[in-house]
Amino acid sequence: MITFSKQQLKIPQLQKPVYLVSAGQSKFDRAFPDKRTEELCIESFVMAAELLNMSPADLKRYIHSCYYGHFADHFGDQLLGESVIHDRLGLDPLGNVGVKTGGATGGSTLWEGVKAVASGYSDCVLVMGWERMDEVPTDEGNFLISCAADKDWESPLGHIYTGYYAVMAQRYWQIFGKSEESFRKTLAEISVKHHGYARFNPFAQAPMKITVDDVLKSPVVAYPLRALDCCLMSVGAACAILCDEKTAVALTSNSKNKPLRIFVSAGSHTLRPADRRDMDIPLLPNEKADQYRDLGDRFPGGDRYPGFTGFLAARMAAYYGYGMTGITDPTDDLDVIELHDAFTISDVQTYEDVGIRPYGYGRDYVESGDCYHTNPHTGKPGKLPSNLSGGLIGCMHSVGATGIMQTFEVACHLWNRWEEMHGEEKLWKKFNREKPKDWTNLQVKGAKRGMAISHAGVGSHVTATILMDPDHLIRKDA
Amino acid sequence: MSMFGQVFVKDNKYKLKGDFHHLTPCTPIRDADSGFKLLGVTNPRDMTYMHSYGGEAVFFESLSKGKLLATRCDQFECESKGSVYIPFRIHCPDCLAKNTVIDLTDVARKTARVHTFMVCERSGAFNMLDTPIKFINIEFDGVATILMSYLSIGEPDMQMRVVPIFRTSGPTFTILDLSWVPEGTREDQLPEGFSF
Repeated sequence: MITFSKQQLKIPQLQKPVYLVSAGQSKFDRAFPDKRTEELCIESFVMAAELLNMSPADLKRYIHSCYYGHFADHFGDQLLGESVIHDRLGLDPLGNVGVKTGGATGGSTLWEGVKAVASGYSDCVLVMGWERMDEVPTDEGNFLISCAADKDWESPLGHIYTGYYAVMAQRYWQIFGKSEESFRKTLAEISVKHHGYARFNPFAQAPMKITVDDVLKSPVVAYPLRALDCCLMSVGAACAILCDEKTAVALTSNSKNKPLRIFVSAGSHTLRPADRRDMDIPLLPNEKADQYRDLGDRFPGGDRYPGFTGFLAARMAAYYGYGMTGITDPTDDLDVIELHDAFTISDVQTYEDVGIRPYGYGRDYVESGDCYHTNPHTGKPGKLPSNLSGGLIGCMHSVGATGIMQTFEVACHLWNRWEEMHGEEKLWKKFNREKPKDWTNLQVKGAKRGMAISHAGVGSHVTATILMDPDHLIRKDA
Repeated sequence: MSMFGQVFVKDNKYKLKGDFHHLTPCTPIRDADSGFKLLGVTNPRDMTYMHSYGGEAVFFESLSKGKLLATRCDQFECESKGSVYIPFRIHCPDCLAKNTVIDLTDVARKTARVHTFMVCERSGAFNMLDTPIKFINIEFDGVATILMSYLSIGEPDMQMRVVPIFRTSGPTFTILDLSWVPEGTREDQLPEGFSF
C-alpha cells in the first residue's frame, strides 16, 4: 500500500500570475513530404504573432527563454532537434531546453514555461511542440513508439504499444463496462463524436462523417479496440506565448486576445503498469471519503486502485490543479475541456480520474450528452463539451504538439475566437481542405474556464492545463 | 561473408566480432505528381546495440534454466518490508536498498492467474512473436505487482490459472524466453524449445 506525505500533497503556489496571450498551430497531417519540421514550427509561430496583430520579429523581441516539446528524437532521426528549431526561429542566443514526457510532452512543456514566468526568471517565454512521425513506415513507427515501454520487460512483446495499453482497456471493459454491448456502443459514440467535430476544424487530420456501426465494423486492433477507437499518428507543430501581467497587457494591446490566466499541474505513475501497487484512492474536492468503500461490491474486481483501470497520474494532476485554482467540481466550474483520447476507452477512464464522473461511472458523461457541444438528447448546450477540436482521434496526435494544440483550442473558446479560427475560408484554402457545407460553429458561448489533459503512455506522465478568464477566477488568490 | 555482430566482455571492456552495421546507399524520394522533382532521400541504417542487463542479468539467465526469479525488500526499517516484486526490481522503490533475489517459480506454478489480457492482431516492426499476440498480465499470491507476458496456448480469460514455461532450448535471453500456458497443459503440447 502506497501512502503520500503531507509535503508531497502540498498544493502548488505560483509566485506570480502567468498569462497565456497567444498560441498558434500548423496544419496537422499523417505526412508532409514537402515540408521540413522547421517550416511547420514557423507556421505556428507566425500564427501566434498574427493573433496579436504583431510581426513575428516584434513578438520575438519580448521572448526571454524557450521551452520545446519534442518527444521522439528517433522518429525524426535528429538529436537536439530543439536546437535546430530554435536556430531556424532566429531565437539565439536565448536559453532553451527540450522537454520529453511521451504523449504528455506538450503539457509538460507548458508546465516548464509557466514555472519560468512564475519564478520571475523570464517575463515572456515561447512554448513550442512538434513531432515528425512520417519518416518511417507505420510498422516501424509502432516499433519506435513501443520503445517508450520498458525495453527489457515490455517492448520485445510485439513492439506494439497498443497492446500494452489494451490490457488496461480489457480490464476496464470487463470490470466497469461489464462487457456490455451498450458500453461498446458508447465507446464507438466517442469516435463518431471526435471524427465528427474534426470535420469543422481545418487543422484536423481525420475528419469523418461516420456512424457507431462504422466504428464497430472497423478492423480489430486489440479487442475490444478497433481501428476507429485509436488516435492518429501525425506530423505538425503548435506553440503558445506565456508571460507575466505587465507583458501580457503590452502584447495584447492591439489584439482581440484577452490575456488568460494559465495554471499547469503534473502527476506521474509507473512506466510499466506491472509495477502499480495498491493504494487508497486520492480524493478530489467533489468526492467523499466513503464513496468508494463498496466499489468492489458494485463492480467486482474494481476494488484494486489504481490497478489497471485508473490513471493515478491524471488523478494527481487534477488534485494539484484543482487545488491551485479552487475548482471543486469540473463539470460545474469549467465550460470546455480537451481530454487525451488516445483510445476511446482511455477517454472514459480519464473522465473518472479528473472527477467529471465518479470511478465506475465514466460512461454516463457520454450517455447523458454532457460531453457534446449540443446535447443530442435535449438540444441544449452540453454541460461540459469535450474535444471539440476532434481530439487525438479526429484532429491529431503529433506528440510534442498535442498538449499545446489542446490548449490552443480551449483558449479559442475563452477568447471567443473559435469561429474565426476554424471557420475562415482562407484557412481551409491554405490547407487545401474543403470546408464542409454543413460546417457548424462550435464556439462554446460565454466560456470563461477550460482545461486540457495531456497524457503519456500507459499513464506515466499527465498534466492538467487550466485556463481562466482573469475576471472569472474561482480562487481570487490563485 | 558477413556475420552477425557478437560481443563478449574481457577486462571490463566490450570485445566486438562480426558486422555491427551494414551499408546501404541513400535513394532519392521524388514527387510523382509534380514532374518527379526531388523531395528528399531515404536514410537506410542497420545498427546493433550492446545493452547491459546490469543487476537484472541473473533474471534473464535464469529463464534459460527454467527458473523465475523475483526480488524482495528485506530491510527491517522499510515500510514496504516483505514486498515481492516481479518485474524484478534491483532496489526497493521505497528505501532504495538492494533487494534480495528470490525464486518465485513454485509460487508461479501454484498461484499464477490472469489479471487482464489482450489479443493483439497487429505488431510493430521487428516483432518476433506470432500474431495474434495473446498478452496476459499475471498476478501471484503474495506479490505486489502484476507481470506482463504472453500466453502460448489457448485463449486467455480473466482469473484463468496459468503456469510458466521457459525457453530452455535455444534461449534468446530476453523476456520472450518466459511464456505461459493454461494449467493442465501437457509437456508435449508446448511450443518448440519450451519446457516447464
